[in-house]
Amino acid sequence: MIVLLGVLVVVLGFATRRNPLLVVGVAGIVTGLLGKLSPVEILRTFGESFASSRSVTIFAITLPVIGLLERNGLQQQARTLIGKLGTNLTTGRFLTLYLLLRQLTAAVGLQTIAGPAQSVRPMIAPMAEAATERRNGGRPLPDKVREKVRSHSAGTDTVGLFFGEDCFLAIGSILLITGLVNSTYDTHLEPLHLALWAIPSAACAFLIHGGRLLRLDRALERELVTANAQLAVERENAQDGRSEEDGAAK
Amino acid sequence: MIKSEWFFWLVGAVFLAMAAQMVFDRTNPKRHGTAAFWGLLGLCFFYSTWVNEKSLPAEPLGVAVLVLICLGGFNLTGKGKPDTTDEGERARLAARFGNKLFIPALTIPLVAMVCAVLADKWRIGGTPLLEEGSETILGLGLGAVLALGVGMWVLRERRPSVPLHAGRGLLESMGWALLLPQLLAVLGAIFQAAGVGGQVGKITESVLPDGQKLAAVALYCVGMAVFTMIMGNAFAAFPVMTAAVGWPVLIEQMDGNPAAVLAVGMLAGFCGTLCTPMAANFNLVPAALLELKDQYGPIKAQVPTAGAMLACNILIIYLFAF
Repeated sequence: MIVLLGVLVVVLGFATRRNPLLVVGVAGIVTGLLGKLSPVEILRTFGESFASSRSVTIFAITLPVIGLLERNGLQQQARTLIGKLGTNLTTGRFLTLYLLLRQLTAAVGLQTIAGPAQSVRPMIAPMAEAATERRNGGRPLPDKVREKVRSHSAGTDTVGLFFGEDCFLAIGSILLITGLVNSTYDTHLEPLHLALWAIPSAACAFLIHGGRLLRLDRALERELVTANAQLAVERENAQDGRSEEDGAAK
Repeated sequence: MIKSEWFFWLVGAVFLAMAAQMVFDRTNPKRHGTAAFWGLLGLCFFYSTWVNEKSLPAEPLGVAVLVLICLGGFNLTGKGKPDTTDEGERARLAARFGNKLFIPALTIPLVAMVCAVLADKWRIGGTPLLEEGSETILGLGLGAVLALGVGMWVLRERRPSVPLHAGRGLLESMGWALLLPQLLAVLGAIFQAAGVGGQVGKITESVLPDGQKLAAVALYCVGMAVFTMIMGNAFAAFPVMTAAVGWPVLIEQMDGNPAAVLAVGMLAGFCGTLCTPMAANFNLVPAALLELKDQYGPIKAQVPTAGAMLACNILIIYLFAF
């Protein structure tokens, strides 16, 4: 039972926002010692498991070509391309389309072409906001509505990534499963089979999250109506107040 | 035969080459720590080959991993100002190259898929062209190398230092977070060696009534989600829950299809990632990037989907994996 304290170290470490690398290092050493491994055995486990899990980090090999493309305007071209699509869309439909694109591109291994920094901030959130603003007669959005649209832009990106990427064979999580299972349980699992089994969940995710996004339009519309009504009342009150003041001055 | 180890050496060599550039990068206030981190990681990629062959001891590699943890953990790494194009130049370049920019980006997944699917059929004198069991990894490697060649040709870029420099900029901006998934896999191995999975298994055994398939599937999936919420990462939860429930109960005892149970189990963990501030890079960083007042805004937008997807994953395993 006492080795479970190692898990507690991880929980406490993350809960108190320590640096994740240190949390992992300390939790590894503590768990090893509690599990009656000698310090040398702990070092050996660190070394052996590092050597056999290198495949998780190999995506770094794609960075030079992605960097080269980005400095030559890949993101700007993506924006142009999506801009051509995005003229007659509501926020919900636009985000549903992005969800589909994000899932499909992640499923063919293009996880890094989009993301909070690469696509959501520069392209997706502004376009989603612009679509809601059109509904609001071109007026800027009330804070609450703007926050909601932005939150959903970020959420859609993450959901699309999570339930798309595992359909690609060479993604970290699939390689982790095969790496771990093939070394620990003395069996042979093919990445391709795991990737195929991720497809039903990917389809469910598109239906569930896409359905929620389509309903989002109605929710936003309602919130816009209430917010604008509130705004109108406030304006009226302010005007009434002013005319009363005027009356008092006379 | 092309071996997967050659490819790990290539990755190691790229890290070393970038580290060599970092040493002389005076725009980086922590250039020595940064160069030490990536240089040592590059060396570890080479040394690991002989650890896997069991011809060199693993203990020095363990020490090196702890040094990497300290370099990253005590904030000794940083980033420089990459010498790159600005927004206006990029817009002009995008207009000039147009959709040709997507060709190299699409080369990587295309080559990776082709290698994974067709590798069995490529043979030279009876031996397979790609090392068996590593087709996926080698496909990614070959795809990245080919894409770089295609990219330099399409963009008329002759200097190899340019992509290396651009890649280094991305590497430095991700920083030590790039190594976190691999270290969480290491932690999983230590948990395994210390018997954490066995302990959690004992607890679940006492909780779980015998032969209750739906209950066992639900326990595995909900356990993955909860553990992921606590640890902030499904990779860390996976070895523990798989050793406790997934492998011994669902696969061995109940004869489940391993690929289905494990792939969908991992996705159940992702449902947890959607709900936890511990997964800072997915949930808190976007809130900061989008300048939200409520830093839990994205999590609130994700929670209903996560709940419904957890139920879906339980049903998928229960209905199709047995």
